[in-house]
Amino acid sequence: MNRFTIPLVAFALLVVVLAVGIRQSPDKDLIPSPLIGKPAPDFSLPSLTDPGQRVSSTQLRGHWFIFNVWGTWCYACREEHPMLLKIRQAGVIPVIGLDWKDDRGDALSFLKDEGDPYQSIAVDHDGSEAIMWGVYGAPESFLVDPQGIVVSKFIGPITEEQWRQQILPRLTMSAGAGSAAGSS
Amino acid sequence: MMAYRRYLLVAALAASLLLWALPAQAIAPEQMPTPQLEARYLALIHGFRCMQCQDESLADSPVNLAADMRREVRDMLLAGKSDEQIRDFMVSRYGYFILFKPPFVLKTAWLWLTPGILLLVGVIVALTVIRKRAALAATDLEDDDLTDA
Repeated sequence: MNRFTIPLVAFALLVVVLAVGIRQSPDKDLIPSPLIGKPAPDFSLPSLTDPGQRVSSTQLRGHWFIFNVWGTWCYACREEHPMLLKIRQAGVIPVIGLDWKDDRGDALSFLKDEGDPYQSIAVDHDGSEAIMWGVYGAPESFLVDPQGIVVSKFIGPITEEQWRQQILPRLTMSAGAGSAAGSS
Repeated sequence: MMAYRRYLLVAALAASLLLWALPAQAIAPEQMPTPQLEARYLALIHGFRCMQCQDESLADSPVNLAADMRREVRDMLLAGKSDEQIRDFMVSRYGYFILFKPPFVLKTAWLWLTPGILLLVGVIVALTVIRKRAALAATDLEDDDLTDA
């Protein structure tokens, strides 16, 4: 054991600690949601398409659903739109929209032009519902199970890969979920 | 004439003050009804991270989301919630990441303890080195004495 042993060992340890730190450090753009595994927030909000009606979490109990936070001001949401239409076409899980701090006219004309992938759309006019869900950007989507528990969160546009590998398998795994899964 | 100039100067100063106050108002337009609430409000929003521009606090961030979150904090304060309850709410939605000062829990213990441990290791190493050197110096002196004799 010569005089370099201790500094060398210390240096090696430091390298290991920093390497693990860099590897493990999550992408700062993808902050894990503390809601995963917990009940989704309860809500009752006016419907975008029919302001007299309300979209509420109690209507959604007993079914899987995707809660998609979007807005016409959000470019990535437009990118995600075809994927949402595909999900609607697959017909195995409804997508509930949260139109976040948007203009009603813009939202309605966007859906008219590009197609409407949503079963229903709740309006979050002042942004307080998005905070309940811990949203910090759009689009963000939450997969909620029939018991109303948040199973996973997708930050940014849902990809084909996520749909096939992280959403569809969950639905087919749970009894009673659509048998026509995987058609996309 | 002099009086007129003085008025002009005062007006100019007042105008510049207004200009200076405008951007500040754009960031935090929320007024609290009492100085106590105001102080708690400011302390709270300085302690929360803006989730969009992550190195800024809610107090400093100009983005819309930060304004919404400040309003949420303000509403909770006005509803009589304690600082603890407000912090818990934010953490329950956004995780510990939202706190600039992470709490001391099992998951973050290493974060708080590592600097102390490193300091302790440093002190121990320094002490042993100093002791060894002192011992070495002492033996050197004895050797010198022997050779001199």
